[in-house]
Amino acid sequence: MTPKRQKRLSVILGLVFGTAVIVGLVMFSLSENINLFYSTSQIAKGEAPVGARIRAGGMVVENSVERSKDSLKVIFELTDCEEEVTVEFTGILPDLFREGQGIIAQGVMDNKGLFQADEVLAKHDENYMPPEAAESMKDKMGNCEAMKGKQEKAE
Amino acid sequence: MKIKMPRWFYQLASPKWFYDITGMLLPWFGLAAILLLLVGSIWGLVFAPADYQQGNSFRIIYIHVPSSILAQSCYMMMAIAGAVGLIWKMKIAHVVAGACAPIGASIAVMSLATGAVWGKPTWGAWWVWDARLTAMLVLLFLYIGVIALNSAFENKASSDKATAILSLVGLVNIPIIKYSVEWWNTLHQPATFTVTEKPAMPPEMWIPLLVMVLGFYCFFAVVLMIRARIEVLEREKRSDWVKKVIENYGR
Repeated sequence: MTPKRQKRLSVILGLVFGTAVIVGLVMFSLSENINLFYSTSQIAKGEAPVGARIRAGGMVVENSVERSKDSLKVIFELTDCEEEVTVEFTGILPDLFREGQGIIAQGVMDNKGLFQADEVLAKHDENYMPPEAAESMKDKMGNCEAMKGKQEKAE
Repeated sequence: MKIKMPRWFYQLASPKWFYDITGMLLPWFGLAAILLLLVGSIWGLVFAPADYQQGNSFRIIYIHVPSSILAQSCYMMMAIAGAVGLIWKMKIAHVVAGACAPIGASIAVMSLATGAVWGKPTWGAWWVWDARLTAMLVLLFLYIGVIALNSAFENKASSDKATAILSLVGLVNIPIIKYSVEWWNTLHQPATFTVTEKPAMPPEMWIPLLVMVLGFYCFFAVVLMIRARIEVLEREKRSDWVKKVIENYGR
């Protein structure tokens, strides 16, 4: 490479790294706003604003779903395996909603400590498997243990 | 320090050589694309097992994942080709970069559209302002910006330079798309395939997906070569070899 080309190469590398640093800093300072949802421990610790519309994310606790007999109202517990938050929702739940499933609820935390959701989205994970394989794996561990195991592996 | 580039790199700079070599490669890539896409889609849509949780709606992964991967690879190729064009003043590199933009934009639309169709039955929403989805939308806007900028100048040399710089600046978005699901809480699930770990999917599911990804790359190569060849002819229309190509074309 001629000196001229090397100079142009370094200018381009400088441009790319420069933008990366700037965008990185902006993203870092905005990271709280980029997060789509608050975890249930963040809500339980009071890090999430009360009275404002927020999203809460977590796993539906097993055997916690209570459906009202005469309306579409559902009450269930949401957990991130540390703290639990009770969610109240009236409406049609997504197909993937079930106990042990990760979900994201959008709504407002009321002053009684109840999360009033007006939208519930189901979150699915990156694991795919045929039904037979899932059946044989199911009994081996509950969802919280599976999640913890994964976190430990990641660390 | 002196870095020596291989011979083929400089050969690639010759428009005629580029035109001839792509003419030779084109039918092979076309054949591979047809075969891989046919085998992959039938395998994925008919023979691969359904997912335990999402049932058959997970099968859109066979279109969604390849198009998302390709939309990002295409952007990287566009930016690198632009950089080569800037550093070595190589016209062919700018031709390739310019040909990447409209292809990438259509593939990005495909990725977003299939994602929306997948999101509705599984998440319960067509669109969520999640970091991954938003970054992908930014990628589409970058492509549109590159296309617009490319046609905004009368002078080819200045439009080549401007689009190359824009695509290099936009390169910062690629790692953001990739790591968005790890850096922030998102609705979009993390990657199923990583370099270090084995896939979170059995082989009867990922082999057809791999076939589809390869098929998408071959298809991209075909469309890219067709577009770049036309652009080369257009730019070199005053040269003797192009006149000869056009004369021979009618026969």
